[in-house]
Amino acid sequence: MALIDLTAAEAHLVAPRGGDGGTGNSDLLVEPRYFDRDQVITHVASAIAALAFTWLVYERLTVFSGDLGFLVVWWVSFTGFVYVTSRQQWGSVVATNNLVRVVVTSAAALALIPLAAILLAVIVRGWRGMQISFLTTTMRTASTESKFSQGGAWHAIVGTLEVVGLAALMSVPLGIMTAVFLNEVGGRLAMPVRMLTDAMSAIPSIVAGLFIFAVLIQSHYLDQTGFSGALALSILMLPTVTRTAEVVLRLVPGGLREASLALGSTEWRTTKNVVLPTARTGLVTAVVLGVARIIGETAPLIVTMLGSQLFNANPFANKQDALPIYIWTQKLTSTGDNTVTANWMWAGAFVLMVLVLILFVTARILGNRTVGVRRG
Amino acid sequence: MTIMDVAPIVQPVSAAELDAQLVSAWFSGHKVLERVSLTMKPNTVTALIGPSGCGKSTFLRILNRMHELVPGAQLGGIITLDRTDIYRGAMPVTEIRRRIGMVFQKPNPFPAMTVADNVVSGLKLCGMKVGRGDRDDLIESCLTRAGLWHEVKNRLDANGGALSGGQQQRLCIARALAVQPDVLLMDEPCSALDPTSTRRIEETIADLRDAVTVVIVTHNMQQAQRVSQYCAFFLAAENEPGRIVEAGPTEKMFSNPEDERTLDYVRGRFG
Repeated sequence: MALIDLTAAEAHLVAPRGGDGGTGNSDLLVEPRYFDRDQVITHVASAIAALAFTWLVYERLTVFSGDLGFLVVWWVSFTGFVYVTSRQQWGSVVATNNLVRVVVTSAAALALIPLAAILLAVIVRGWRGMQISFLTTTMRTASTESKFSQGGAWHAIVGTLEVVGLAALMSVPLGIMTAVFLNEVGGRLAMPVRMLTDAMSAIPSIVAGLFIFAVLIQSHYLDQTGFSGALALSILMLPTVTRTAEVVLRLVPGGLREASLALGSTEWRTTKNVVLPTARTGLVTAVVLGVARIIGETAPLIVTMLGSQLFNANPFANKQDALPIYIWTQKLTSTGDNTVTANWMWAGAFVLMVLVLILFVTARILGNRTVGVRRG
Repeated sequence: MTIMDVAPIVQPVSAAELDAQLVSAWFSGHKVLERVSLTMKPNTVTALIGPSGCGKSTFLRILNRMHELVPGAQLGGIITLDRTDIYRGAMPVTEIRRRIGMVFQKPNPFPAMTVADNVVSGLKLCGMKVGRGDRDDLIESCLTRAGLWHEVKNRLDANGGALSGGQQQRLCIARALAVQPDVLLMDEPCSALDPTSTRRIEETIADLRDAVTVVIVTHNMQQAQRVSQYCAFFLAAENEPGRIVEAGPTEKMFSNPEDERTLDYVRGRFG
């Protein structure tokens, strides 16, 4: 009897859902919304009850006031109600599960707030005075009395791209090769190298800038150019790239290396043809994280390349500007919130964030290109 | 469906004899194999059977010098391929591993390569050159010999990881065949596979016998009986290194072995 019922239910489940709303079998179908209906009701009811409770506390019982306090009291009572009502219905195991879920979800939401706020602030303020000329103009003729369109960040955009590009050109091969050494060669030297790399990642960025300034610029090996800035940034980028790449290479299954060696391959060919291509997505991430580490660095660039109001496409001669320096310079000269320099500052911040966004998206697309067509 | 319906383009080198004499092995000073001697004859499938932890896989990995990749691994004894010592001889280790191919327990196609690239990956990895036209012929012949051609001929450009487990394992066999080995070592190649895939691989092994010397580790007694002509029974007593208890023609090993422990094991009474 039970068997027959089950078969009928299955037959209904595989059948396409008709719009005739026929009775008979339809009560056998479980709508997805019923799976957690009681859970949803419990949470919504707890939220409403908490709201009522908080209102009572605020408006009738105590002299508290303030929106933040209201939110805190509401959240605490909400989690409490969720726990108590869940416990009454399903026992303490489910109640604890629900409680932790609420707390964890709240933490995630809380963490998103500053992120969203920063984005919003930069977009709103950056967009306020934004004109397309900002991307094509330098600060050659600009002053605090200029109109917005008379100044721009063209020279700083070029500078940032060149300096970050040069830094990446130096750090990425070096970092990936170090990671290959740590993971594929190893040996007695691996331990100190790994420790040193870790220590390097803790170097304050201003110290990296001062180091280049003292050792290379003050001793007249180099001038204050974009290249000097790139050197300082590469010091900061190298440990990030190395450590990320190392973790990524460690994730490549050892079975693939064995398979390659068993075919008669050398270690180098195994690394080149099997390990690195397998880890490509992760290696792209390593590069992105490295660039993200340095693209907003200001202090080391001020020390090593000083900044400039003029266009200079050659990172090896004369001073150069970069977006972080540009933003900082405008901040120094701005006298109020709605002045032209403040608008330039926010527009510069906006462009810097758009650059980061473009970089991330490009990297994601490059990294996710899989070989061959994935099928069933 | 016949597997050999396309003549192999690559003329197989005559299979070689692999001979192990008094092989002992240690991991960080702990002895796992004790004076094992076994001759793996050409055109013969040799099965290595025995309970877990008796040193079969270690022995297999010694045969193509994969053993030394484990940190702390040590080795004693003499292994010869057609009377050339593979450990003390002049042949470079890469050439030894090319001539003595290996298929692993877990299918491990290269995930960053297509099916076709996986097959010929060995050529690139060991520095063999092959022309464009020859490449396609080689891909077809190797996949055919591995019994996979008909299933993948329309998706040679798919990712190697997109195949099913059994297909992946046959892809690994095709990959191992592409570098024209004399010997093929198989470490429980079917342990992760369903019965149908297992049967296909057993058919493949039977066909390979004409061209290569096959050594297979298996925990499946029926499989050992089906695919092998020669059989070696490994056993390790408690806290002792593994030894070969008995070796002989498979038929005899399964019907009328000389050692009582062999009979117990093949009858499924322990292990």
